[in-house]
Amino acid sequence: MKKNDIYLICGIILLIACSFLLIRIFRSEGSRVLIMVDGKEHKEFDLNDNITYEILHDDGEFNVIEIRDGYVRMVEASCPDKLCVKHNKIHYNYESITCLPNRVYVRIVGGEESELDAVAE
Amino acid sequence: MKSKKIALYGLFIALAFIFSYIESLIPIPFPVPGIKLGLANLVVVVAMYGIGMKESFVLSMVRILLVGFTFRDPSTLLFSFAGGIFSWLMMAVFKKLRLFSMVGVSIIGGIAHNIGQIIVAVIYVSNTGIIYYLPFLMISGLVSGTLIGILAALVLKRLYKYLLNEK
Repeated sequence: MKKNDIYLICGIILLIACSFLLIRIFRSEGSRVLIMVDGKEHKEFDLNDNITYEILHDDGEFNVIEIRDGYVRMVEASCPDKLCVKHNKIHYNYESITCLPNRVYVRIVGGEESELDAVAE
Repeated sequence: MKSKKIALYGLFIALAFIFSYIESLIPIPFPVPGIKLGLANLVVVVAMYGIGMKESFVLSMVRILLVGFTFRDPSTLLFSFAGGIFSWLMMAVFKKLRLFSMVGVSIIGGIAHNIGQIIVAVIYVSNTGIIYYLPFLMISGLVSGTLIGILAALVLKRLYKYLLNEK
């Protein structure tokens, strides 16, 4: 190992720490759940809904999404790796669960907007 | 000399192929797509330093093709190629620059692999939110890149005399 390698490692660790910090600072409460399939908008829910929703794909594949107490998680999926099912519950704005094999993308949206709406009402 | 090269190619591709298989048997406890040990990258790094740039590229591409059609879903080929090509490119550039040792080059390769995959994933799912995975993937790339770089240096020290004769 050269001295430069150590600098490289330190630089990368710093970069990772900064990106985590930035994500933490800029995170805000979400208000809606956006489900996208194949890059197109599929369905939208309110984050305060308590529901279980199943996406059935044309090729027989499926994903089951649960929204409960303001948190969203993938309860079941037909994909081989099940990474989406193991994913932590999401709640904050811009957090997302992706199921690449089934091309499903679940994302929390519209944090600030909802607060403005609440004020307007 | 030519037959030795062919034999080396076969040996390295077989090794990378087996490493990919072993890797597919090890469950990863993190729910982030793209996190991998990158064992096969060990073979690519060793080939890059021990045989040659061109050879390591061919090796990497052949491995991805074989693995994509056997242990993984062929639909993941796109991600693998993006990761593999970007990783090789960055490693080749930084190896030429001689800024870092094998460990540094391997770390760059590991992280570049993940960045390449993320870029394709962003285009594929057409959403930029996936970029939020990047910090996690960078940790994975850093850890596996460091370990693989150290391992590659140890392996090469022992294999040098067999590999370099070839030219």
